[in-house]
Amino acid sequence: MVSNPLTKNIDMARGPLDIKAYEAADGYQGLRKIVAGLSPDDLMQQVKDSGLKGRGGAGFPTGLKWSFVPSGEDAPRQKYLVVNADEMEPGTFKDRLLMEGDPHLLLDGMIIAAWAIGASVAYIFLRGEYVVAEKALRKAIAEAKEQGYLGKNIQGSGFDLDIIVHTSAGRYICGEETALLNALEGKRANPRAKPPFPQVSGLWGKPTIVNNVETICNLPGILAYGVDWYHSLTKGIDHGTKLFGVSGRVKNPGCWELPLGTPIRELLEEKAGGMQDGLNLRGFLPGGGSTDFMLPKHLDLNLDYEEIGKVGSRLATGTMIVLDDKTCPVGMIGNLMTFFAHESCGFCTPCRDGLPWVDAIFRDLEEGRGKEKDLQVLLDHVDYMGPGKTFCALAPGATAPLGSGLKYFEDDFKRHIAEGKCPYKH
Amino acid sequence: MSEVVSSNNVIASNVTRARKLTDAEIAEIEHEMTLYPDKQAVGLEALKIVQKHQGWVSDESLLAISRYLDIPAADLEGVATFFNLVYRQPVGKRVILFCRSVSCWITGCEEIRSKIKQSLGIDYGETTADNEYTFIPVPCLGDCDNGPVMMVGDDLHRRLTPQKIDEIIAEYKDKGEA
Repeated sequence: MVSNPLTKNIDMARGPLDIKAYEAADGYQGLRKIVAGLSPDDLMQQVKDSGLKGRGGAGFPTGLKWSFVPSGEDAPRQKYLVVNADEMEPGTFKDRLLMEGDPHLLLDGMIIAAWAIGASVAYIFLRGEYVVAEKALRKAIAEAKEQGYLGKNIQGSGFDLDIIVHTSAGRYICGEETALLNALEGKRANPRAKPPFPQVSGLWGKPTIVNNVETICNLPGILAYGVDWYHSLTKGIDHGTKLFGVSGRVKNPGCWELPLGTPIRELLEEKAGGMQDGLNLRGFLPGGGSTDFMLPKHLDLNLDYEEIGKVGSRLATGTMIVLDDKTCPVGMIGNLMTFFAHESCGFCTPCRDGLPWVDAIFRDLEEGRGKEKDLQVLLDHVDYMGPGKTFCALAPGATAPLGSGLKYFEDDFKRHIAEGKCPYKH
Repeated sequence: MSEVVSSNNVIASNVTRARKLTDAEIAEIEHEMTLYPDKQAVGLEALKIVQKHQGWVSDESLLAISRYLDIPAADLEGVATFFNLVYRQPVGKRVILFCRSVSCWITGCEEIRSKIKQSLGIDYGETTADNEYTFIPVPCLGDCDNGPVMMVGDDLHRRLTPQKIDEIIAEYKDKGEA
């Protein structure tokens, strides 16, 4: 049986499969079932049963999210599916692989999701810098139209679906789903108040589902091989496989599809080859820049949403950023704070004013102007910008590496102040 | 009077005239208008289309789009200045989008930045005197296993070393026009 449904067709040296080859590799099975009469309700139930959780960072159950979309006679006629392909989380490089490597997999999944929620228009909200992915997707969409898999009354089923590629122009906040919807409407990408949630009132006020690329790419396998097969994939608690990445100074940085529940050690030591010679592992951010640091003592935990949550971090995007013992943890966190300060949309005060303040303190620490009281100011900001105190999740995301870094690398912060310089610089 | 920008507009007051959009620009904007239910949604796309043709978005271009799509100039300016990849100042023939996010920082992007400074004489936000390159730092380019990385125009360059920077610059010199 297939054990790597997300990457089975990907060979970057060869390039993506065309529609014929993709279909020969068990592709577009979902569409066949839809044409043969699979109802949206039955489809949604299969996805619920699969246990698929969103792969964009939050890990929310996909079937449950879909079920909030109003259905039936009284529901709005126009609904939208939006794929979040605005991959900008620092240290995250998984959706790029899927879109460049197997664009039909994404379209296949989008057809399934659109049928389940009753959407006739779907947008792919793509990073402007992903020019290779854009070309691959546009080519695949043209092939699917040609084949009669997109457009009006697909294969005589009465199901209409257009897929439109929207290329963005670079702002991290667009990853927040309501900010993304504002951007798609041509507005500044400030997040919206919730409720109403997009599932009820989203794009142009219509019911809208926003799903991450990798989430959508899980659907074709579930439809082709079934829920029991999907449940057989995991090694742990959560279901399916996931793309896991490792970046930083390891021997073999990269991105691999592994079952959920794989031990972190296996990812870091076997796949990524362990640390480069002369370096030791100091810590790692398990799922991008807005996750809490974890330590070498956590290596035997499994890559599962709940298990990572137990030690105060998040699996999030599953792309790990590794800190070695010759790299300054204060510098690393400072780099992240510069990013978050720059990418704040500026709408709410704690984020707009807090992040640049934090960033300025890191610059002082780096350049030898750090003061004792700075550490308390940083700690205060972990509180001021924490969950529930800001309009969206951007600033709380920034407090994850900040708060955990202050806890785990306190001595490094103190040395910067005591020595009046970065101790890692010679 | 129709050419005068209203007083609450953020566009510089000495700019009063919209330029004429080219046929090619209009054709592309019209195509985008078929993909969205209203004109406002096309604003960002139109800014990018004009930038592709003109190299950047001048006040005159912004006003032209504002009129064409019937979006208030201030709203469009709000969108234009919000996004990292809309250039409201002239840029060089080739834009270097330089990843300075965490994985590239760990793998040595600061050394590459110094090398570019030394080789081209420009730092973040600057354009070379010969107008060949503009150097812009961007958030994570999503190629973290190949850091440090940067884009020059549409080309992605991976696993950068100071030596590679020299090779890349030489390569574009041979290619000539962007």
